[in-house]
Amino acid sequence: MSVTEILGHRLHIDEDGYLTEYDEWDDDVAAALAAQIGITLTPEHWKILRFLRDDFQSRGETATTRRVQVTGGVPIKEQFALFPKKPAKKMAYIAGLPKPHSCV
Amino acid sequence: MTSTACLRATVPNFGDDQATDRKLAVICSKGNLDMAYPGLILANAALGEGIDTTIFFTFWGFDMITKSRMHNLQFSPAGNAAMHLPLADMHLPQSLAPMPGMTAVATKMLKKQIADLGVPEIPDFLDQIVAAGGHLWACRMSADMNRLSIADLRDDVDGIISASQFIEKTEGAQLLFI
Repeated sequence: MSVTEILGHRLHIDEDGYLTEYDEWDDDVAAALAAQIGITLTPEHWKILRFLRDDFQSRGETATTRRVQVTGGVPIKEQFALFPKKPAKKMAYIAGLPKPHSCV
Repeated sequence: MTSTACLRATVPNFGDDQATDRKLAVICSKGNLDMAYPGLILANAALGEGIDTTIFFTFWGFDMITKSRMHNLQFSPAGNAAMHLPLADMHLPQSLAPMPGMTAVATKMLKKQIADLGVPEIPDFLDQIVAAGGHLWACRMSADMNRLSIADLRDDVDGIISASQFIEKTEGAQLLFI
């Protein structure tokens, strides 16, 4: 684990760059993380990010794309449009959460 | 070092800058419920990694995309020596496996276990795979053997193709036969 800094926040990250401390994330950090991977956050992105954050808080693990569709109400196709190519990993990264561990 | 430069060094590599032509083709040849899942789970995972993914349905795997059959895939413990009893880590004696009703019970159990993990049933799973950009192709010989046409298959099946057409379409792809 190492520490990085963005917008004056000190952030703990894992070896791949994902945040490891739930409470070190805020909206500004999310926008900065998204910008790093070429994504400008829109209300549609935020709907998913809010769901991921709340879901992680209650379940202790990052939701998969399947769960974002079934429980979060955002269709898979839209997830791929908003977070191209690798939606599960990109959503988790911007939401300041670990990569999802489930297979589906 | 600026904060931006510091962060940039630790951004996960999502491969967006790399041109990749990685392709995966999964051949689903089994129609038993338990054997329907592995190909779909791997195809779904590949799509989630941004890999161009194709699934080819042939022989018994045809049931997975046939409208009249896709909701009724079954699991039988017969011939499956790895079938365990739910309450103890014991093998189900193979002599009991062909008993009347055993397939229905085993199917119900397996469906529940899969649903408990949040994994969808086969038709729903294929919906998800198509939504993620996956392509579904049906085998010409299997269609002819079963006397089925494209109208009998899921509406999102791209077409019925011959073995040689499949080989052409999957040039350069990694192949997985299940």
